[in-house]
Amino acid sequence: MQSPILKITGLHKSFGDNEVLKGIDLNVTKGQLVFMIGPSGSGKSTLLRCCNRLEEPSAGSILVDDEDITARGANLNRIRQNIGMVFQHFNLYRHMSVLDNVTLALRKVQKLPKDQAHARGLEALKRVGLLDKATAYPDQLSGGQQQRVGIARSLALRPKVVLFDEPTSALDPELVGDVLKVMRELKEDGMTMVVVSHEMGFARAAADHVVFMDAGQIVEQGPPSQIFGAPTHPRTQAFLARMSEHTA
Amino acid sequence: MDLKALVFSFFNLEIAWEYLPDILKGMVVTIELGIVVALTGLFVGMILAVLRALQIKTLNFFIICFADIMRALPPLVVIMMLFFAFPYIQISMSAFTATWLSLSLVLAAFVEEICWAGIVSVPKGQSEAARSTGLNWLQSMLYVVLPQAVRLTVAPLTNRVIAITKSTALGSVVGLSEVLNNSQSAMSNSGNATPLMLGAIGCLVIFIPVVLLGRWTETRFRWKQ
Ligand SMILES: Nc1ncnc2c1ncn2[C@@H]1O[C@H](COP(=O)(O)OP(=O)(O)OP(=O)(O)O)[C@@H](O)[C@H]1O
Ligand SMILES: [Mg+2]
Repeated sequence: MQSPILKITGLHKSFGDNEVLKGIDLNVTKGQLVFMIGPSGSGKSTLLRCCNRLEEPSAGSILVDDEDITARGANLNRIRQNIGMVFQHFNLYRHMSVLDNVTLALRKVQKLPKDQAHARGLEALKRVGLLDKATAYPDQLSGGQQQRVGIARSLALRPKVVLFDEPTSALDPELVGDVLKVMRELKEDGMTMVVVSHEMGFARAAADHVVFMDAGQIVEQGPPSQIFGAPTHPRTQAFLARMSEHTA
Repeated sequence: MDLKALVFSFFNLEIAWEYLPDILKGMVVTIELGIVVALTGLFVGMILAVLRALQIKTLNFFIICFADIMRALPPLVVIMMLFFAFPYIQISMSAFTATWLSLSLVLAAFVEEICWAGIVSVPKGQSEAARSTGLNWLQSMLYVVLPQAVRLTVAPLTNRVIAITKSTALGSVVGLSEVLNNSQSAMSNSGNATPLMLGAIGCLVIFIPVVLLGRWTETRFRWKQ
């Protein structure tokens, strides 16, 4: 068995008295797409944000490619280069062109010379099909295009794993498809991904593993066919029933 | 009241010529003071706003106290405190220093508040995105947050700087030889209002470019759409 790229062990997170993550264990192997579902407030975003330490875990450990990112003295800014993050609201830098958005960290953190950073940035933009938008500004793009730039921005750093937090939730329905298509291509290229989303169709088609979270715990996990086809836990069943009501 | 008398008292060429050098010297002092006050106030205010973004509780308490007190006090009071009261605690300074320091502190307080509002207005997701790609706190501030905060602050900052540079005239109460003070003494020496008119013209010459600069910056800082 291959050692996991992302290994979460006994992860706890509290905000004050509010324990949001109550002991999460999860392994993600190279090239896997892990899909996370769960009701609002169950801690999905918090879990992802702990994985690049936008939130400080209260207890537990997170290994990325065998490096403990929660260790004291861990070099966060270097580690974060290995962990891409794609946000629900894109969070593109409005004052910069698309290419500058994508290359900022290459230039300022990896200190690549400008031409190399540009080459890498253009390569990332090509992967998301937006080569022609390199000189545009975020406000000139559709939501779907902005999110693809967000994906390109994390890809440009050549991360070992990319975390997606509801990447299509802020998009008009007709724009969702473009983003999901890019994500599927990434998956086919062998990128390791953890995706929090409500796009069950995408999960059925592209996910290797589905995790159902509720109230800060992983309630049930398994291949999509099992979780969507024959969920065993009543809370999973109830959640999926509610979701299909929604989409039907 | 006939026109001749008006011209004699307000636009008397002979007197104007006599006192022009004084007024010009005053203008130089006003310009120097305005520039150093604007630079110091902007610099200190911005540093304070950035420090406040570090979210260190005790430090923020002092920054907020400073900003609130300095914004509440009339600048004239601050100048008089520094110039007339501080010598009692063995701190004396020239009229120029007292005016410069007072106006800079007052400007810094306003600049801090304006810049802080600008920083807060940048959505948190911006710095989170920057940090998640490996930029450190300072880098995310410099390259992502501040450039966006600046756009929203240009207009109020410009207005504030214009207002404070105009209050350099307050230096006249501590005997600073700036343009207003010099015009006023020339007026009493000559018994004629012409020097004051010259002073007013001098102010226009100094401040109209500042106002125009303000207009120009406001139109420059817009999002590319
Ligand atoms: N910064 C914070 N401070 C305090 N509480 C927080 C913070 N962030 C999240 N929480 C709380 O943690 C819980 C889990 O939030 P989280 O955003 O992880 O849920 P989620 O599963 O992503 O929900 P959603 O589907 O609505 O995005 C919620 O109860 C939320 O109120
Ligand atoms: Mg969430």
